[in-house]
Amino acid sequence: MSDLPPPVQGPTAKEKKYDRQLRLWGATGQIALEDSHILLINSGPGVVGLETLKNLVLPGIGNFTIQDSAVVSEADLGVNFFLEEEHLGGYRAEHTCNSLKELNPDVQGHFVTEPVESWLTQPDALKQYTLILVTAPIRPELLTSLSTHASAALIPLFYIHCVGFYSHFSIHLPPAFPIVDTHPDLETTTDLRLLKPWPELLDFATEKTQGLDTLSAEDHGHVPYIALLLYHLEEWKKEHDGQAPQNYKEKTAFRETVSKAARTNSAEGGEENFDEAVAAVLKSLNPPEPSGSVKDIFKAPECVLVKKDSPSFWVIAHAIGLFYTKYGVLPVPGSVPDMKARSADYIQLQNVYKSKARKDMAEVLESIRFLERTADRSTQIEEKHVEAFCKNAAHIKLVRGRPFHVVQAGETISWGDRAKSIAQTLTFPDSLVPLYIAFLAWDQFVATHDKDALGGAPKVPGETDPDTDSEKVTGIASKIMDDLVKEGSASVDEDEDATVKAQLQDFVQELVRAGGAELHNIAALTGGLASQEVIKVITEQYVPVDNTCVFDGVRSRTMVIRV
Amino acid sequence: MTDTLSASLSESGDTQRTRWKYLDTILNRPGPFTDEEWLPGVMAIEGLSRSKILVIGAGGLGCEILKNLALSGFKDIHVIDMDTIDVSNLNRQFLFRHADVGSYKADVAAKFVEKRVKGVKITPYCGKLQDKDEEYYMQFAMIVCGLDSIEARRWINATLVGMVDEDNPDSMKPLIDGGTEGFKGQARVIFPTMTSCIECQLDMHAPRAAVPLCTLATIPRQPQHCIEWAHIIAWEEERKDITLDNDDPEHITWLYQKALKRAQEFNIPGVTYSMTQGVVKNIIPAIASTNAIVAASCCNEAFKIATNTNPFLGFPGTNNYMMYTGDESVYTYTFEHERKPDCPVCSEGNLARPLQVDPKVTLQEFLDDLAERPEAQLKKPSIRSEAKSLYYQTPVGLEEQTRPNLSKKLSELVEDGEEVAITDPAFPTQFKYKLIFK
Ligand SMILES: [Zn+2]
Repeated sequence: MSDLPPPVQGPTAKEKKYDRQLRLWGATGQIALEDSHILLINSGPGVVGLETLKNLVLPGIGNFTIQDSAVVSEADLGVNFFLEEEHLGGYRAEHTCNSLKELNPDVQGHFVTEPVESWLTQPDALKQYTLILVTAPIRPELLTSLSTHASAALIPLFYIHCVGFYSHFSIHLPPAFPIVDTHPDLETTTDLRLLKPWPELLDFATEKTQGLDTLSAEDHGHVPYIALLLYHLEEWKKEHDGQAPQNYKEKTAFRETVSKAARTNSAEGGEENFDEAVAAVLKSLNPPEPSGSVKDIFKAPECVLVKKDSPSFWVIAHAIGLFYTKYGVLPVPGSVPDMKARSADYIQLQNVYKSKARKDMAEVLESIRFLERTADRSTQIEEKHVEAFCKNAAHIKLVRGRPFHVVQAGETISWGDRAKSIAQTLTFPDSLVPLYIAFLAWDQFVATHDKDALGGAPKVPGETDPDTDSEKVTGIASKIMDDLVKEGSASVDEDEDATVKAQLQDFVQELVRAGGAELHNIAALTGGLASQEVIKVITEQYVPVDNTCVFDGVRSRTMVIRV
Repeated sequence: MTDTLSASLSESGDTQRTRWKYLDTILNRPGPFTDEEWLPGVMAIEGLSRSKILVIGAGGLGCEILKNLALSGFKDIHVIDMDTIDVSNLNRQFLFRHADVGSYKADVAAKFVEKRVKGVKITPYCGKLQDKDEEYYMQFAMIVCGLDSIEARRWINATLVGMVDEDNPDSMKPLIDGGTEGFKGQARVIFPTMTSCIECQLDMHAPRAAVPLCTLATIPRQPQHCIEWAHIIAWEEERKDITLDNDDPEHITWLYQKALKRAQEFNIPGVTYSMTQGVVKNIIPAIASTNAIVAASCCNEAFKIATNTNPFLGFPGTNNYMMYTGDESVYTYTFEHERKPDCPVCSEGNLARPLQVDPKVTLQEFLDDLAERPEAQLKKPSIRSEAKSLYYQTPVGLEEQTRPNLSKKLSELVEDGEEVAITDPAFPTQFKYKLIFK
């Protein structure tokens, strides 16, 4: 054992507990979670919000606060897992907070029992929260004030419905929500630059394919496939006016050439490295052109004009934009997929890519330092952030967050620049846009109905008279749909109109059937979806829903709509 | 639509039902998608209370499933799990606390849910699925499965298919199965012998290809190759007499150090302790949110099947599978997976499935390949042809007697087009293949 490296510190207790999730979002994601303080403004049966929090307390957010002025009733015990008999008559906020805290001693929980109407009027009531969850039903004026706060404080706001077999949530993100660490699928997105090789890569290919035909069987079967493809590309170019294969037909022909070059007299009847080369042709022989959405980021106003206080994302994006303008490509990401090869050859190839990636990164870093000086920025961006950005430059994302619809009594819903495209998807066979409209109509009903004349708790459709309420809500929904079609100047013929109206009626009836009841399964499922999105938003990893998701538990389907 | 039924229920003295106000709203009212003949009210409520349901697995999915079923009105729930609680379960298995580490999952989970949801009875069994026989499985109305093992799923699937007796409609037990990996997962409903079964869908869950031994032994390129080398080769060479325990930190540390040293020899960067643990234990990332989504989807289907409050997945000729992906936005694909007419488990008459084979490979190579073929995944196969026993894993005598066949070529043992029958201790069924020479 003496020749072994010194023993390591085993994983810490925290690493052990969080092992299964650290493999997804890493230590930086975990720190972001621990720095968060999430507010839930709870209402109605109040299950979906708690199921969402449960999935955030378990992975270890720093703090949560539950605002809920409801008193625990018998009906809560049949649907809410975080309440039991001894809590009857107590504050729902207090007892659910305590039950959630039990799930993870690392998490701090707080609660507010003051009614939301008065609580929100206090100055700075929302100041300490990094993200807000609010569940329906809620009065439109309160939702509006939360939305205004989210816009001003640049914090994410989630609005969640969970009614019977249906649910919905919308996310209001800041107007610029950039993500570097999107975790793209490596197998489908590897960028090898075979059509834009640099001298060192070509040298590598030349060296490894020297006298290819005379190599021993063992050597021939271990030439890395990247070298094989580059070698055959050069051969192909000689016969095609210096052009690489351009279209599908040529690529298939090229693939055939590579395939035929494999030796078939081996014991296995083929060569694995050639199989790999053949399999890689169609996906690797594409010009390394950034996607439209990445180019849009370079053109974004925040990117074009970097200021003293611009978030570092824009500074790095600006520098990479300059790199792209100069070379027509993004910095080399630098990773190489595993392939049949001898260890030393593979490591050598890895180094060819890594050196180029470092060189490109150094150039980007130089522009960043220049930018920092000219914009008079006080702190330097850390090199590791620049490196991570360069590595994933082709897959960065920018979500343009915006407020979701807040339905106001008697006001027409405006769809703005989204009207046309949403109106068009309205008539798709499996579209859930009609379900979203049904939820808006449900909110319209809530906005115009009180439980009593005192303007206290809002009344939801179907509590006592589902038939009458269904008819009312269907009427509201039809109008919302007609307004949408008009605003989007969409052409919906009579048949399509009748079909969508019938769907609307079904969705509304099913919603109203529940009378505002939550089914635990649908609350748990929706809480799963919403918490997953909260995690993505807080860790700034993966790609969040932009910006509305509806779930149909009758047919077990979801749809994401940008509204 | 009427609310008189709920009124008559509470008048009948069932004051407990006030607790189920929300659930009863749905059970008391028909909806636009409920069957015209469906009777809301007492019938639906009692049918649900009487449904005895089995949950397989009390882990990440199982905890959620137990909670969900208890709060969906099921009253008689059984749960099977053989595992004990580990500290790395606590980030998602919310029925367990630090003090429970080391106790049986099924026991702790059952007690917790019984305490929280009054009136539900949860009967745990801390052991293996395979300990129980058909009579045991016959008592349930349906089975919800939240497992991380493909083998256990295939076993229960084959058992449930085998139990179907055409003359007894009660012998057909719907199987609702969930699975997750990181941000991805699936929920599916199977009506054994009527709709596509787990075995029909096996190729959708292909195992990861193993790294060839020669790569590990001579040309490692990735940090994982060095770890696998330490795991499979170095341990056997240097610590043969010690049984490797994946949960022993000393063992993992030894493997880590071995792997690190080998990686240094080959200039391979990236071996870490965490990666060593991941490779050796074949760790799959798991989080609370995905478990919540998949488990709830399964329970939603179970609830709809038990109550007919809405159409459910799995009705023959309709969608039976929901695929879920949550890493890039939210995406679901719900579709009908069709039965395979040559499914070795659920096809009528258990027809032999044609299998293309190279007559030049040895029986050993053929059997090794069976373990990795997505549609077979048989790890301990015994095989016989129409004429003779080709290879048997047990008993010892027969193993010895048939062992010489392993090095023979297929062409020496069977004819082109001949049928072979394969059994594997993991499955209560026989797999028949017709070998077609390439
Ligand atoms: Zn089948």
